[in-house]
Amino acid sequence: MRRTVAVVSAGLGSPSSSRLLADRLSAAAEREVRELGDEVEVRVIEVRDHAHDLVDNLVSGYPAADLKGALETVIGADGLIAVTPTFTASYSGLFKTFFDVLDLLDGDALADKPVLIGATGGTARHSLVLENTIRPLFTYLRSVVVPTSVFAAPEDWGGAAVPDLLAHRVDRAAAQLAGEIRRRDAPVARDPFEPTPFADLLGAG
Amino acid sequence: MPRRFHDVMHFGIFTVGDIAPDPATGRAPTEHERIKRMIETALKAEEVGLDVFAMGEHHNPPFVTSSPTTVLGYIVARTSKILLSTSTTLITTNDPVKIAEDYATLQHLADGRVDLMMGRGNTGPVYPWFGKDIRDGISLAVENYALLRRLWREDVVDWQGRFRTPLQSFTSTPRPLDGVPPFVWHGSIRSPEIAEQAAYYGDGFFHNNIFWPKEHTRRMIDLYRTRFEFYGHGPADQAIVGLGGQVYMRRRSQDAIAEFRPFFDNSPVYGHGPSLEETMEQTPLAVGSPQEIIDRTLQFREHFGDYQRQLFNVDGMGLPHQAVLEQIDFLGEEVVPVLRKEFGALRPSHIPDPPTHESLKAVQDR
Repeated sequence: MRRTVAVVSAGLGSPSSSRLLADRLSAAAEREVRELGDEVEVRVIEVRDHAHDLVDNLVSGYPAADLKGALETVIGADGLIAVTPTFTASYSGLFKTFFDVLDLLDGDALADKPVLIGATGGTARHSLVLENTIRPLFTYLRSVVVPTSVFAAPEDWGGAAVPDLLAHRVDRAAAQLAGEIRRRDAPVARDPFEPTPFADLLGAG
Repeated sequence: MPRRFHDVMHFGIFTVGDIAPDPATGRAPTEHERIKRMIETALKAEEVGLDVFAMGEHHNPPFVTSSPTTVLGYIVARTSKILLSTSTTLITTNDPVKIAEDYATLQHLADGRVDLMMGRGNTGPVYPWFGKDIRDGISLAVENYALLRRLWREDVVDWQGRFRTPLQSFTSTPRPLDGVPPFVWHGSIRSPEIAEQAAYYGDGFFHNNIFWPKEHTRRMIDLYRTRFEFYGHGPADQAIVGLGGQVYMRRRSQDAIAEFRPFFDNSPVYGHGPSLEETMEQTPLAVGSPQEIIDRTLQFREHFGDYQRQLFNVDGMGLPHQAVLEQIDFLGEEVVPVLRKEFGALRPSHIPDPPTHESLKAVQDR
C-alpha cells in the first residue's frame, strides 16, 4: 500500500531548527513505514511559504489556491508530523493559524489521523510545551497523537547532551507513528457537498 | 407567443442596506438618509428597466433593513413594473406566520410583483434577541419553511413543531393572490442542507456569488441541480438558479479601480485581507468598464449553467449615493441590454423562464 506522510514545519529561519527536526522525524518515519511493508511518500509543507495566504484566509474565509493545496495534502495524508518553534511558551501563531484554517476548511481534517508532534525551543525548559499546549490542540482536532513527542533544545544540536538521546526519541516516536498508520486504511476523502436527504433534515427538527 | 428577450432572465440589484462612512470624507449617512437613498436606488432600477430590486433584512447596526415589507410596500406604491424581492428574509428568527401574512399582503398590494429569498442570517447575537439559538439555524430554516409553505397552501392549518406555539384551526390571511404563493428562493453561501431544501421543494436556489471562489459556488449549485432532478422536478439544467455578484463601473477601467479601492480597503468584509486585485482574480468581484462587467457576467453561465436571475450589488461600503445611481445607469443602459441579448442567444429553448406570478398562475390554472 502506498502511504503519504505530511510534514508541517513552522520554523521561520533558513535553515530552521524546526525544519531540521522535521527532517529527522520524517526520515525516521519513512524508514519505519517501509519496514512495516508499505510504500511511503513524504510531503513537506513550510508554513512560512503560506504566511500571507493564512492571514488572508482568516479574513476572507477561503484559502488561496496554493494554501488550499497544502491543506488538502494534510487532509489526504495517512499520517502527519507537525513541528513548531516555541514562541512565548506556546506554538507559534503561524503554526496555530495553519491548523485554525485547516479546521475551517474541513472540521474532520485530522479526525483519527495519526500525528507525531515535535517542537524546538531556545531552552530545554520549554519542553513541556508539547504536552501542555500542543498535544491538547491535536486532541481537540480528534487526531491520534502518538505517545512520544519530540522536543529539540540547542544542546541537542550542539552535542552537549547525552549523544543519542534525541535520535532515540526520534526513532521511538517514528515507530509509534508508523504503527498507527499501519493499523489504518487509507483516509477516505470526505465530500462536504455530500447531500443529506431532506427527509433526514425534516426528521431532525 | 414568441418569448421576449426580457423574459429569458431577470436582472436586478440587491442591497444589504448597510451604513458605512465614505473613506474620503469620514462621513456616514444618517439612517434617514440611507433609507431614503435605498428607495431612490429601487426607483432608479425601475426607471432604467431592470427587472428586480431585492433588499436584505438585518436587526442590528449598521443596517437599516429591519422592516423589509414596510420599505417594499412603499416601493410597490411608487413603481409599476419592477419585481420586488428579499435578500434575504430571515426564515430562522422570524415567525413563519408573520412572514406568511406580511408577504401575502405585499403580494396583493403589488399585484403579484413579489417573491422572496429565504436565508438563515449568520449574526450569532441576533438569534437570542428573538428567542432562538444560532446552533439551531438549519433546523429552524427547515421547520419554519415547512410551516410557511403550508400556511400559504392550506386554508386551515393544524400544526405542531419544535420552535413555535402549536396552531389549531389557523388560517393565515390574506390568502395568497389568486391562490398562488409567492415564488421562493433559498439563499445560502456554504450550507449544502439549504441547497438540498431548495431542491426538495423545487424552489429556486440563489448563491450570492460574492466573497467566495467560483469553484465553491459551483459545488453548491451543482448539488442543488442534481438534487432538483433527484426529487423529480425536472432535469438538472432546468432547476431555477439565481446568482449575485458585485460590480463597480466607470467608463475607463483604471478609473473604476482607483475609485473603488478605498471603499474596498476599508470594507469590514473585504478590507485588510487579499488585495482588490487578488479578490477580483479569486472571486466574482468585478470592477472595471461596462464591457468588462459584461464579459465577466457572461462567464457565470459557463461556470454555473443557464440561470434565471442575476442580481448585482452596487451600493454599500459607504459608496456615495451619486456613484451608486450611476452604477444603476450603467447596468440599465449598457450592461443588461447586452446581457439579455447574449444570454438569450446562448440559451437552449428548454431552459425555463424566470418564474413570475403570471407564470406560476398559468401552471396552476392548467
